[in-house]
Amino acid sequence: MTEMTTTLIGSGAAKATEQEAVRVSQEAAGDAEYTFSVEGLDLFYDQTQALKNINMNIEKNHITALIGPSGCGKSTFLKTLNRMNDWVEGCRVTGKIQFEGKDIFKEVDPLALRYRVGMVFQQPTPFPKSIFENVAYGPRIQGISNKKELAEIVEQSLRQAVIWDELKDRLNESALGLSGGQQQRLCIARTLAARPSVILMDEPTSALDPISTQKIEDLALELKKDYTIVIVTHSMQQARRISDKTAFFLLGELIEFNDTVDMFTQPSNAQTEAYITGRFG
Amino acid sequence: MINALALAVRRAHRNEKTARILITLCGIGTALVPFLIGAFLLLKGTDTFFVFHHSLGEFLFSGVWNPSDTAEGGGHVGAAMFLSGSLVTCALALVLSLPLCISTAIFMTEIATPRTRRLIQPAVELFTGIPSVVYGWIGLTVLVPFLRLIFPMPFGFSVLAAGCVLAVMIFPTITTMAADAMAAVPKTWREASYGLGATRWETIAHIVLPAAKGGIFTGIILGLARALGEALAVAMVIGQMKVFPTSLFLPASTLTTAIASDMGGAMEGGEYSAALWTMALTLFLLSFLFIFLIHRLNRASDLKGGK
Amino acid sequence: MTSLAQKKRSDSIMTALFVGGAGFAVVLLVAFVGFVIIQGVEGMTPEMLSFGPHGLGDMFFNTVYLVVLALVGSMITGIPAGIFLAEYAGNGKVTHWVRMAIETLASLPSIVVGLFGYLAFIVMTGSQWNLFAGALAVSILTLPLVTSVTEDALRNLPDSYRQGSLGLGASHWQTIWNILLPACFPRIMTGLIMAAGRGFGEAAALMFTAGMSTDIDWTNWDITSSSCPLNPFRPGETLALHIWALRTEALHPDAVQMASASSAILMIMVVSFSLAARWLSWRIDKKMGGSK
Repeated sequence: MTEMTTTLIGSGAAKATEQEAVRVSQEAAGDAEYTFSVEGLDLFYDQTQALKNINMNIEKNHITALIGPSGCGKSTFLKTLNRMNDWVEGCRVTGKIQFEGKDIFKEVDPLALRYRVGMVFQQPTPFPKSIFENVAYGPRIQGISNKKELAEIVEQSLRQAVIWDELKDRLNESALGLSGGQQQRLCIARTLAARPSVILMDEPTSALDPISTQKIEDLALELKKDYTIVIVTHSMQQARRISDKTAFFLLGELIEFNDTVDMFTQPSNAQTEAYITGRFG
Repeated sequence: MINALALAVRRAHRNEKTARILITLCGIGTALVPFLIGAFLLLKGTDTFFVFHHSLGEFLFSGVWNPSDTAEGGGHVGAAMFLSGSLVTCALALVLSLPLCISTAIFMTEIATPRTRRLIQPAVELFTGIPSVVYGWIGLTVLVPFLRLIFPMPFGFSVLAAGCVLAVMIFPTITTMAADAMAAVPKTWREASYGLGATRWETIAHIVLPAAKGGIFTGIILGLARALGEALAVAMVIGQMKVFPTSLFLPASTLTTAIASDMGGAMEGGEYSAALWTMALTLFLLSFLFIFLIHRLNRASDLKGGK
Repeated sequence: MTSLAQKKRSDSIMTALFVGGAGFAVVLLVAFVGFVIIQGVEGMTPEMLSFGPHGLGDMFFNTVYLVVLALVGSMITGIPAGIFLAEYAGNGKVTHWVRMAIETLASLPSIVVGLFGYLAFIVMTGSQWNLFAGALAVSILTLPLVTSVTEDALRNLPDSYRQGSLGLGASHWQTIWNILLPACFPRIMTGLIMAAGRGFGEAAALMFTAGMSTDIDWTNWDITSSSCPLNPFRPGETLALHIWALRTEALHPDAVQMASASSAILMIMVVSFSLAARWLSWRIDKKMGGSK
């Protein structure tokens, strides 16, 4: 408890050493190529600071889970990675995020960034169009208009999302008629069709039943071979089941970032331990 | 591949910029239309004062209406009889219509079953769309002879007939607004009131009506605006005599009926037409005032938190 | 105890009053519509329904043509204006003023708009009465309706449409054009139908713009000729204006029947358009509710 108070009110020096420890442990952990490297990220909504000095590297072809209690900033952080926060009024970001070696705020166009960094939302977000048009939307935005090419991309994406067999005869039906789980997998297929290299998932299963959740989790594990996945989740079991690395956020700070196995067996921080053992949050 | 994407991004940004500019132009342009109308009316309407040298006091308060139909002027432009005609017919319409509006609104929100409500509400709203000349025509062929039959009046064409026609015309406007405002009163407030042993009437009088006051007033102002601006329906039944509205049973004139009947014949650039333009300007300013009042009213009720 | 009985009595008296008032109003309104339609249809003769100098056909055509022109006019400015308010305007002072201006426009008396149209489209262009000027005047009257319907339709769309599209890298405009506008198309359509209903009945704005005469030659399809039906720059009297004109016109032997028939036709048009709009929005609600 005392330790928590220290971090909350936190003297600058204490915080710095803690962050240093996190960074060192990361560097020791991997020599992999980083998809994202985040340095000194601060984010403000008007006067409130929602993210405080975040430093982390997200590895390629890994599933990185972001956990923490509601309002800890994990979703905000996720949305910063493809600059979806640009649309939020009064949102201000300082610090640096590199995507594949380029500064996303200076060197990459936000639209191009979102082509490469797709996003799946908490609630399924199908458009009121046919299933085919939903999936073809991303490629169309990117300037592909050839019917045959689109049809190929749609089929390939639906297959990748393991929903082709269910939907192949219904491509012209409205996507709004699908069940919640199907809609979410359709949205994943739609994201895949835009040919991203990263998929951000914002609590993608929180609105779904257990069976659909299982399907999405299996899908995530399958997709990891070709994509880097960052997933925000409320469920520690889910983080444990599917992620390679886990980041624990609390009140806008990154408290601990480590291999999932290590994090859940021997958390190095007392607050992390308190959270994953269910003592708060 | 990378080039194609870069191209797509560039095109998206270019289209975004074009669309944003066009859309903003349309938005601002639409907003400029009333200003443009106001400017034109000011231009024409102030001739009465600046070209023909009449005073504002004469226009508003004098009852001598005898503008000359020439560019030289020299007539009299007292529009007080038209102003008072407009005010009297509007007030009469409101007095006739308001009790029916309020009781229909109360019936729809508080008494009727949802089924009945679904039937009545569209019926009421339907009447906002009925053309005013149709109201006027029925007023002319049915109401006027009927009034002549039951009241001691020489023509049937009268302030009363105009008031009746306007009352029917503003009924849907006020009723719809009032019903919406009453339906927006939280259900829990009603339940709390019934829970304290209040009857339905007490709940309506002490809880629902006070809470819905803002919306009802907004409806009344919108209704008045409609009544004030209505031209043809009134012109068809009021008799268009250029006198003060001294009796409910006698003909009179309003701002709109005078414009409707005389503008076509008045010489462009003459004193007569200038005076009519000034009347149009007055109508414009009044409807601007109504909107301003509604905003004031809404802001006041927002501040109190009783939305 | 007496007070309780009193309370109950006053409650039932008031309830009866309200029911009575509402009943009276509704009966009056229904009787009104019924009377107009029945009286008009009874007096109709085949000649009235014909096209030509003795029929209402020409006026009917003028009405429809003028309303179509007016709708096109208010669509091409009103829909973008609605998009502006819903998507691009933000919450600043400018937006506040734009909104207030549009509300003022909505409450302007139609005769004032008619006078403005007379000045701007007839006097200043030096032309004679014409349908196009009338259509412009009516489009000013329907503009606020189209704008606010578009704005409401866009605002009522689920945020997920916007999120999903932006998340795929679509620009704001691509999102509006490809996703949001198609999604609220039925609602905008409903608004346009309502606007058409208003346009059919408009008369005061047309007195000094579209004129009160019609001279159509149905065999003349030369669009530049002033008697060609499709030439928008010819005078054209609409049904609503015809009723106004007939009230004094004793030239025609059966002026009263003509006016009644015109009223009935207008009434049927307005009522059916209003019902169509209602049916359309009912269907949208049902569809939306079902998919949620």
